[in-house]
Amino acid sequence: MKAVLLIDFGSTYTKLTAVDVESETVLGTAQSFTTIGTDINDGLNNALAILQEKTGKVEFAETYACSSAAGGLRMVTSGLVPELTGEAAKLASLGAGAKVVGIYAFQLTEDDMEDIQKAKPDIFLLVGGTDGGNTECILHNAKMLASIQPKFPIVVAGNRTAARECERILAGCEVYICPNVMPKFGVLKIEETQKQIREIFLNRIVQAKGLSAAAELLDDIMMPTPSAVLQAMELLAQGCEGESGIGELVAVDVGGATTDIYSIADGMPEHMSTVFKGLPEPYAKRTVEGDIGMRYSIQGILDAVGIHRVAQKSGLTQARVQELVDYLKENTDKVPDGNDEMEQLDFALASMAIEEAVRRHAGTIEETYTMMGQTFVQEGKNLTKVGQIVVTGGSLIHTRRTAEIAAHALYSPAQPASLRPKKAGVWVDRKYILAAMGLLSTHYPQTALRIMKKELEYYGDPE
Amino acid sequence: MENREKKVLVIGVIGADVHAVGNKILYHAFTEAGFEVVNLGVMVSQEEYIAAAIESNADAIVISSLYGQGELDCRGMREKCDEAGLKGIPLVVGGNIVIGKQKFEEVERRFKDMGYDRAFPPGTAPETTIEALRELLHMDGETA
Repeated sequence: MKAVLLIDFGSTYTKLTAVDVESETVLGTAQSFTTIGTDINDGLNNALAILQEKTGKVEFAETYACSSAAGGLRMVTSGLVPELTGEAAKLASLGAGAKVVGIYAFQLTEDDMEDIQKAKPDIFLLVGGTDGGNTECILHNAKMLASIQPKFPIVVAGNRTAARECERILAGCEVYICPNVMPKFGVLKIEETQKQIREIFLNRIVQAKGLSAAAELLDDIMMPTPSAVLQAMELLAQGCEGESGIGELVAVDVGGATTDIYSIADGMPEHMSTVFKGLPEPYAKRTVEGDIGMRYSIQGILDAVGIHRVAQKSGLTQARVQELVDYLKENTDKVPDGNDEMEQLDFALASMAIEEAVRRHAGTIEETYTMMGQTFVQEGKNLTKVGQIVVTGGSLIHTRRTAEIAAHALYSPAQPASLRPKKAGVWVDRKYILAAMGLLSTHYPQTALRIMKKELEYYGDPE
Repeated sequence: MENREKKVLVIGVIGADVHAVGNKILYHAFTEAGFEVVNLGVMVSQEEYIAAAIESNADAIVISSLYGQGELDCRGMREKCDEAGLKGIPLVVGGNIVIGKQKFEEVERRFKDMGYDRAFPPGTAPETTIEALRELLHMDGETA
């Protein structure tokens, strides 16, 4: 046996997954409250004790961790035009596993600076202008950022013509120069920047967030949790040498405060006659819906889809839905626990959360008539041909109706313009191992992939 | 570096117009003539030209329209450019920009009133447009 311990320091729970990389099995999972306020090792040791009750005494050969504790990796971005470099900066940050707490476009104002100061980002991503294009905006924004206190690391990934000058303006700040996230119009190039963001997270943020005490017992990986999940999803979709993947997929994590959506898919138009508009999106794309969550953001679901739909889906009256929602908003740790009404409500809320979050993530198609006849305009990713959906999150794994809820990620005739998967098999991550498998995949990709294919419950096509 | 020496053009076919061939010809002709060309393709909205021109710090916007509805599509472009901080950016338009047989002098006058620097009738050779762009961008004697 060669045991590896994988740790996810979450904002609420520290979750452990122990695997044996020789037999390619999960030895056990356990969780305990994260204790970032005192000593992060307390929560870790508690969880370890729980784990070892299940597995017996295990000597771990290697230990790896990811973290979203202490607010995760909090980033603010600024670009030039909102739909172009502004969007590119957002996509880059989300894909690097960040929680984006501020998105700015055009020239930063004094008011913006006050907000940024309050937001206290861990990293700022400064972009704007294609290579050889506009330099005025990024230089202005660099000047605005130069005097901000307290300082934070700034990644500059804009017009290369302005890169060195930005560095000079920002002397005294921790500055990292990366290639332009949009070197040419309509070309997205974010990998280098994401790598840099993760490196800063590893070197600097881990210490600042009180995780260094734990870092001593880790071997070498420390990444933001969403970045670990994205890595696991890429592996699951694409496979690796010696083990095939399951093909293009959409993954959904419905949490208490946010809902994360990942798509590993090309997403370009199916037909030659379809005109593509807007920025091409990354093959591995992550979005986060901050207003869609099962407890802290429960009201957001009602606001987004309308209370009538939640009432209809749950079979409860609108008044009762609102009553329960108001209660759960305050009592965020309450779970249905056999209560029929609550189960009905959580079923409806989770279904609507998935529908809304995947709708926002997926692209759209619009039919228009021109002098040349009918034509289609696509924006964002076309996920209609994606064949697999992976779901996780408390509300989905603690119910028997998982597949029914997951089906809300699919294409719906009621929203024909939304390019969601038409037909897909559902995989359920009941043991919460996605982040752990992302971590494991750095050194043991084949093992991580085989464990995922074994441990994720396959439900087939819900239709 | 290599591209800043060149003048940057943003080009595309405006409105619900899917005529792609002329657009490709112009792209090659302009590139050949030494311009850096940001080609937005077909079915381009006014906002898209403007967004691309801002990011790429464009020197001029060249709008094509071949389906006869160009006059409607082109209206208000100058005002939007002003609003977006692209004050004074040269706007050039060409193609079958109006419906029916109309005197081109009339048409040209209407487009100039709308704030376009140049308007070209159907069948204009790319060389003519390139010449006009050189003049508009004060590129006398340069090879763009």
